[in-house]
Parts: sequence; structure tokens; C-alpha cells
Amino acid sequence: MTIPLLRDSSVGRKLTFVILSTCGLALLLAGVAIVTADSFLLRSALEKDLQALAQIVADNSTAALAFDNAQDAQQTLASLRARPNMQQACIYRANGTVLAKYAASDATSECPPKTERAPTRIDGMNLFLSRPILLNKEVVGTLYFRYQLGEISARTRLYSLLVGIIAICSMLLAVVLFSRMPRLISEPISKLVETAHAVSTNGDYGIRAAKTTGGELGILVDSFNEMLGHIQRGDADLRKAQDELEQRVAERTNELESVNKELQAFTYSVAHDLRAPLRHIDAFSRILSEEARGHLPPDCMKHLDRIVRATQQMGQLVDDLLNLSRVGRQEVRRQTTGLTSLVDEVRKEIKEVAVQSGSTRSVEWQIAKLPFVDCDPGLVKQVYANLLSNAVKYTRPRDRAIIEVGSMQSNGQPVFYVKDNGVGFSMKYANKLFGVFQRLHRQEDFEGTGVGLATVQRIIHKHGGKIWAEAELDKGAAFYFTLGLEEPDAKELLIAN
Amino acid sequence: MTQREVEILLVEDNPADVELAVHALRHNNLANQIEVVRDGEEALDFLFGRGAFNQRDMEHPPKLVLLDLKLPKLDGLEVLREMRDDPRTRPIPVVILTTSREESDLVRSYSIGVNSYIQKPLNFDDFRDTVRQLGLYWLVVNQVPPSRAFAGKSE
Repeated sequence: MTIPLLRDSSVGRKLTFVILSTCGLALLLAGVAIVTADSFLLRSALEKDLQALAQIVADNSTAALAFDNAQDAQQTLASLRARPNMQQACIYRANGTVLAKYAASDATSECPPKTERAPTRIDGMNLFLSRPILLNKEVVGTLYFRYQLGEISARTRLYSLLVGIIAICSMLLAVVLFSRMPRLISEPISKLVETAHAVSTNGDYGIRAAKTTGGELGILVDSFNEMLGHIQRGDADLRKAQDELEQRVAERTNELESVNKELQAFTYSVAHDLRAPLRHIDAFSRILSEEARGHLPPDCMKHLDRIVRATQQMGQLVDDLLNLSRVGRQEVRRQTTGLTSLVDEVRKEIKEVAVQSGSTRSVEWQIAKLPFVDCDPGLVKQVYANLLSNAVKYTRPRDRAIIEVGSMQSNGQPVFYVKDNGVGFSMKYANKLFGVFQRLHRQEDFEGTGVGLATVQRIIHKHGGKIWAEAELDKGAAFYFTLGLEEPDAKELLIAN
Repeated sequence: MTQREVEILLVEDNPADVELAVHALRHNNLANQIEVVRDGEEALDFLFGRGAFNQRDMEHPPKLVLLDLKLPKLDGLEVLREMRDDPRTRPIPVVILTTSREESDLVRSYSIGVNSYIQKPLNFDDFRDTVRQLGLYWLVVNQVPPSRAFAGKSE
């Protein structure tokens, strides 16, 4: 249906419109056909009738024409008075002059001049008929009729009126009947629509459309209900799975929270209670060595020195472990960070510490320009502090220590690296590199707690990045890491840089 | 003893730590007028002249309180809060001297109104140096209002 007014109407209205317009059109066509056929039939019947009448009048007039008896002819014509629609009748002699004439009371009595026109013709409301009067197959005169067709048009009008009335009545009846009928078709559809609406607004898949009819609509309702059933079951399954998942998540969260609390309490306790005795051991050893200087044999002084150093090492271990646990709990707070200045800061701090400890080593730093990146500056500084101090530490045996810091693009994201020409390690043990307390060198060769790279890895993972190493024994080591940067940001920042 | 003018109130429960702190202060010639209390309750008794300290001269509050965080009965933060809640003890400088430097402790201490927070260095030499610096600063460099300006202004 392309009628714009009806596009948004209900199915019931559309059906009413279709049926009414079809009925109306059919009735109209039938009415027109009936009226047309009727008036045609009527007209031809009238024509035949008039022909017969003309025959009779002509036959009766032959004698009057033969004897030129106008009176007889007049009498014959007078009998036409019985036909009220007969307007005019004339009998012409063979030479065309009028022998007799008849006219209805309200019609003109002058006969038209005789013509040789068609025997019958209809002109407006009149039927004209002229016919030769024969006597022994010889034309002795002509008969002329003018007959008013008012009868036919009156009847046509009456018929048209009747057809109109019947059409209007039947359409009204159809409207009345149909207003009570739409339940048959439109109601099941409306109910289906209501159900669909209720389902979509309430999200309740338990609703079902009522089936009130068979046929295609019944099948439609059944299919709809079946579909709702599928959805309801799927929805219920999904809900159940979701509930289970939520419950599991809640349980796990609770477990994690309690474990986390325990861990926090543990680290707090470690921070306080483990450090305090270490401080005391350190302090009293020092006091002892100060007060007993000169009284104790040199061996004992050495032992005291060992105690102090062991204490310092354990203190370092406690601090490193606490830092690892702090990093694990800490949230990553990203901000735009210039890595070049960050690395430079770290390098200066390392140098300062080295100078303070009396080191005279010189290291060749090759620091490339690094990009600005979105990361937690405090944490990433720890990464560089660990990697750079490791590089310094493991190049100690080298006469010319070279440490290279830079970045490159790989798979659309920046990869940062720290390379050194130090003692390196065998790739056989590369998998142990980032484990807590895992060390690839002896304590007396290279001091350390085995916590630094574990902390570095934890920071990188917290950023969503990756860290890996490439090394060769005695040739040097290279550490690579990414910071889990989203590609466009990283690119923009690289360009901005 | 109670009539003596106390310069430093040391609140510390661990005898070893007490000894080391006193040692460090003495080492730096700062140990003349130290009062040592061993828990939070005793610290408040001293500060408000209650209990064993009811004879104390309230005209002369300590110039510095060195406060440990982990203490029996009342912990260091509770002592600090009570001090800051009372106008008589509010102006007394408090330095927290403790083993840990947990962020939560730092945040809470400063939010209550600590004047300084120091983590005891593991190395005793560093500790002595720290004690020297803080003693010099709080007892010599720092200025406090006269005690009569706030003594007796009880709530």
C-alpha cells in the first residue's frame, strides 16, 4: 500500500480501506454496466416497437394516400394519442407535401420538410423515425415520427439512483460489519505486536502471545512464541552463567582481598619488625667495634665487620623485597613523561653513588634521544635505575665499559633497550632472569639481591608491556621492553618529539 | 626528676632502641635532658601531667617529642592525635622516628599534623648523623612560642 496516509495506519484500517474500496469499485462498475445495458436494451426495444407501430400506421395509411384522403390519414395518426411520448407524426405524399399530421398537445404542429435522412436517428432527447409508405412495392408517401425519449432517461436516472443507494447502503453495511470483524485478522496481529512490544520494553521473555486463530497468523504466533521460548532459555542460561560468574568473582575477590590484607599486614610487619633487629645488630656491632678497638684481636674486629656487612646486605634485601611488594600493590599512574631527561637523571644518580663509594671507573654512555611516552614516571624510573645500575655493575671487569640506551619501532610500538658490553650471561638461563632471588652470578663476583629484575618485570607487566633479554656469555647483554602503549598515542608522541 | 626541665621526650618501647637513641644523643652531646617513656599512655600522662607525672611542671613542655609509631597500649598516631587535639600540647614539635616508611603511615602522620617524619636508617652511623641533625635543628635552630602563651588553656 503506497498511500502515504495509510502507511502508518493499523492493519485493521488498511484492511477496511482495501475491502471498502474494492467493494465500492465493484458495485460502481456493476451499477454502471447494469444501467448502460438496461438503457441500451430499452432503447432497442423501443425502436423495434416504434418500427412496428410505424409499419401499422404506414399500412393503414396506404389507402388514404392512394385517394389523397387527408381525413382518413388524420384519423389514423390520431390513434397515436395512446402513446403519450409520441410528439409528432406526419404523413407526406410522394411529392413531399404533408397529407396529414399529428402533434402532442405541447409540441409544435408544423411538420419538418421531408428529408432523405437515415430511417432512424436519435438526436438529444428525441428519436426520429422516417419510413417510406409502400403500395404494391411502390413508394406512395413517407411516414415521420418524433418520439420523446424522456421515458428512458427517467428510467436510467431511477436506475442510477437505485444503484447509488444500494452502493452506499452496502458500503455502510460493510463498514458496520467490518468494524466488528477485524478480530479475525487484525486482532491476532495487534496482540502479537503488543506482546513483542511488552517483551522489548520489559525484557521479560516469559510473556507469550495468545493464539486465537489458525492459518498463517496462527503459525506466526506459534513461531513467535517458540522464538521467545528459545530466547528465554538462552537468557536464563546466560543469567545463570552470569550469576555463577559473579558469585565466583565475588568469592575470588574476597579471597584476594583477605590474602592482600594478610600480605599487607605481613609486609608492614616485615618493614617494622624485620628491620628493627637488623638495625640493632648493626648498631651494637658498630658500638662494640668502636668501644673495643684496641682491646680485641684483629680477627674479632674482622668478624664484627662481617656482621655489619651481612646486616647491610640483609637490610638491602628487606628493602628490595618491600619495594617489590609495594610495586605489586601500587597503581600505575600514567602521565606524559620525557624519557630522555628521566634516563639522564638516573645516570647522574648512579654516577653520584659511584663517586660517593670512591669509584673512579669511567663508563661510556651512548644515550639516544628517547620519546615522550605515557607511563608512570616513578615506576619507569625504577626500571631504568635497575637496568642501568645492572649494566654498570656487570661491565665492571671491562676497561672500556659501553652502555647504550635507546628505542626503536617494532610492530608499530616503541621498544626501549639498554645494552652493555659487560659479562653477559648464557641464554640457557634467560628464563631464570626475572625470577625473584634468581641470580646468574656469584655474590662475591657481583653483589645483588636477585630482586631487581623481578621488580622491573613487575613494573613492565603492570604497564601492560613486555620485557626480554638477549645476551651472550662474556660479550654483553641487552634488555628490551615495551610499555603497553596504545599505538596512536605512542606514534603521536614520537612525532611530537 | 620531675622538676627538671625536659628538652626531649623520647617515646620508645624497645629497650635496644631506647639505648641506641640515647647513645646517639649522648654521642652528639644532646642527652642532657631526656625523658624516656615506654608506651603511648605514659607519653600522654607525661605531656598532660597525669598519673605518675602529676607533679610535673606544666610550665615547661618538652622542646621536642621523638615518637615511635608501634607502641603498646596507644600507638604513636593516637598519641599524636591527642596532642594535636589539645591546645596545651598542640604547639609541641613532634618528630616521628620509626623503622618503616610505609606510605600509609607517612600520609596519616602528616594529615594529623606531625612536624617531621624520619625513617631510622639501617646503618648506625647514618642514624647517629640523623639524630645529630634533628637535635641541632629542633633544639637549637627552631623557635617555639613561650609556654605561658598556651599553658593552662585547657578545653
